Amino acid sequence: MTTITADGHIDDHAHDADHKPAFFQRWFMSTNHKDIGTLYLIFAIVAGIIGGAISGLMRLELAEPGIQYLQAWASISNGSEASLDQAYHLWNVLITAHGLIMVFFMVMPAMIGGFGNWFVPLMIGAPDMAFPRMNNVSFWLLVPALLLLLGSSFVPGGTGNGAGTGWTVYAPLSTSGSIGPAVDMAILSLHLAGASSILGAINFITTIFNMRAPGMTLHKMPLFVWSVLVTAFLLLLSLPVLAAAITMLLTDRNFGTTFYDAAGGGDPVLYQHLFWFFGHPEVYIMILPGFGMISHIISTFSRKPIFGYLGMAYAMVAIGVVGFVVWAHHMFTTSMSVNVKMYFTAATMVIAVPTGIKIFSWIATMWGGSMTFKTPMIWALGFIFMFTIGGVTGVVLANGGIDDNLHDTYYVVAHFHYVLSLGAVFSIFAGFYYWFPKMSGRMYSELLGQLHFWIFFIGVNILFFPQHFLGQQGMPRRYADYPEQFAYWNQISSIGYAVMLVGVLIFFVNIAYAFVAGRRVEGNYWGEGATTLEWTLSSPPPFHQFETLPQIK
Amino acid sequence: MAGAKNHDYHILPPDIWPLFGSFAAFLMAIGGVRWMHDLAFGALIFYVGCAAIGLTFVSWWGKVIKEAHAGDHTPVVQLHMRYGMILFIASEVMFFVGWFWAWFDFSLFPQPLEVVDGVVTNYIGQDGAAALLQWPPKGVEVLNAFELPLLNTMILLCSGTTLTWAHHSLIHGDRKSMITGLWLTIILGVLFSSIQAYEYSVAPFPFAGLNYSSAFYMATGFHGFHVLVGTIFLIVCLVRAYKGHFTPQQHFGFEAAAWYWHFVDVVWLFLFIVVYVWGGWGAPVH
Repeated sequence: MTTITADGHIDDHAHDADHKPAFFQRWFMSTNHKDIGTLYLIFAIVAGIIGGAISGLMRLELAEPGIQYLQAWASISNGSEASLDQAYHLWNVLITAHGLIMVFFMVMPAMIGGFGNWFVPLMIGAPDMAFPRMNNVSFWLLVPALLLLLGSSFVPGGTGNGAGTGWTVYAPLSTSGSIGPAVDMAILSLHLAGASSILGAINFITTIFNMRAPGMTLHKMPLFVWSVLVTAFLLLLSLPVLAAAITMLLTDRNFGTTFYDAAGGGDPVLYQHLFWFFGHPEVYIMILPGFGMISHIISTFSRKPIFGYLGMAYAMVAIGVVGFVVWAHHMFTTSMSVNVKMYFTAATMVIAVPTGIKIFSWIATMWGGSMTFKTPMIWALGFIFMFTIGGVTGVVLANGGIDDNLHDTYYVVAHFHYVLSLGAVFSIFAGFYYWFPKMSGRMYSELLGQLHFWIFFIGVNILFFPQHFLGQQGMPRRYADYPEQFAYWNQISSIGYAVMLVGVLIFFVNIAYAFVAGRRVEGNYWGEGATTLEWTLSSPPPFHQFETLPQIK
Repeated sequence: MAGAKNHDYHILPPDIWPLFGSFAAFLMAIGGVRWMHDLAFGALIFYVGCAAIGLTFVSWWGKVIKEAHAGDHTPVVQLHMRYGMILFIASEVMFFVGWFWAWFDFSLFPQPLEVVDGVVTNYIGQDGAAALLQWPPKGVEVLNAFELPLLNTMILLCSGTTLTWAHHSLIHGDRKSMITGLWLTIILGVLFSSIQAYEYSVAPFPFAGLNYSSAFYMATGFHGFHVLVGTIFLIVCLVRAYKGHFTPQQHFGFEAAAWYWHFVDVVWLFLFIVVYVWGGWGAPVH
């Protein structure tokens, strides 16, 4: 019960540093950054299972040429015998749901909502976020957003049930091409997820600028906090443009405007500009927090401070700034002029410079360090290795001339899965193993962690590397069927999925092991390499930490 | 460290409104979709969702006001709220960037359109298309920028000065003048919205079917919505002014409303120049 004392301070039981509210209050009415972070992580795991299962269905169908299962699945979804067109529509629904779920409901909630909420306040020596109540609405808005997206699969969306527009929701497929409420539900899902992220961004920026412990200047701030700060600015400035773009979709669909309908003078390419003005910053939103986490892990397990700290921080700022002026490299095939293509090619290449600074600084941090290869470290090394591969294919695709050939082929699919599934997701696993004992107080099995890494690493490489070959052979993305000539590498790719799946199962076994039998850990279980403020606290930290603010020298 | 809070930050007890508000948003979205597709109970669910969101706002900010009176808003917490409001306005600016982007796309790269008796035809790829590359599209009559839109510009600029008068009165402890200034600002805001509503009712182009009218109505319409929100915000400030909530030292609610109002004002100036004056230049006037 809350009472307000004469001096105006709220005096409630939560004020004992480690007293926790009752179950419903704690998990459904939370104003505690660590509990909200935990909710985000659980949400991301649930969404990741759904999104991952969808990709399993797709790899199953793509394992052989021809349509094997799709028509049967579409019949289940329809409740009656589905036509081939309805089966193809289901395919579009699957790729759409996979993309949107992985971007908005898995990677972003895990990195920003989960690790950001947990560790930004801890790392800057703050007792909580600046707006604890708004923090909770950021989380809870994601739940109706996900329900709207999942629910859209069961209502008409054109040829069949569900929104089959791709995660980019391009007009006119998403307008005149998708009659029925499914796409409207998907659009409103994005509105809610966007509102959640904008509120979260405001919270993080305010927290980072105003709540650093006395003595912690911006240039002493841990790199993970820098990464979340840059990410939050990208969210704040790019998401409202998406909101405008999809609001135009909504009014074109339902109220007769012609923003994207050429019959009334509208411009479908306008949608692509607006979408990618958001969409390109969005891909940095998905990777920057990973950069931050990797810096801490490399430093911890090399027992050295990060090499070139300021360069690392400002490289992220540079990536964020330049990330706003490269968007049209996603649209090279929309018949833009050669001069515009040259600009967007050159600007995109510039991004490789700060990214290169980061890669080489991580390597320089390890150079001469006293390295140990614990689970988080091998995930971080896997991240550097594979993010670099994805980055190199990115430089290839940045060329407007080459992209004319590779646009919308599996080469692009391979590229962005190397930077996201193998980059962002590896950094999430790295961060999870790095901080899981801090969050739960229990250590996982090192053996299972290493096993998870190696099986997952081998699996995803078998899964995604052949997709480069498919793309170079000309296989287009987003197709449910393909000619015989693409069969070989598609089959290999599907085998890779099965291997990866075994790795994921080991991950869940490991979490269960940790909760049941994991040994309890002390505050700083990584030893002298771990130097940020979260390691000065117990594992798990008290419900309210830093009631006396730490002093930074 | 146990037990004693030894800092100026605001640690909050658990609260139901975030969960409630999210559920309300869910209802509004579901109701909206059902309504747009003429499904049963669409409008009802939509309005229930809207009412629930309204209830969330009232209760949530009511709590914030109570906490301010309880002394929870220390200087650093007030600073948080300043940052929060500025960042929120920054995100709103980017929202309007999207609508201006559409406007510039259509006006700088015009399509060969012709409007005859309300029927829009796009002659792209046909004979004579080049002669039709103009903005606004041929056959569109526009509103005269230098009649009611100019008056509305003056009204909004004037409301900015009355609001600043109210603010200075507040800082100097002159509550009576502050209340007068707020009243004037609100009246001017309502006047602006009324004139805007009248303009819409007599506008010579319909809402649907044309890029000019789509971009015109959605850009000015979202601005109009923001004027309504800003007016409500100012009315809340007026009620709080009567109740004596504001002191010369602490009146962030007032400042936030003022920042928001000025933001809405600046958006209008851009709309007036880009949409009404430049965007309608050379077209026949209604």
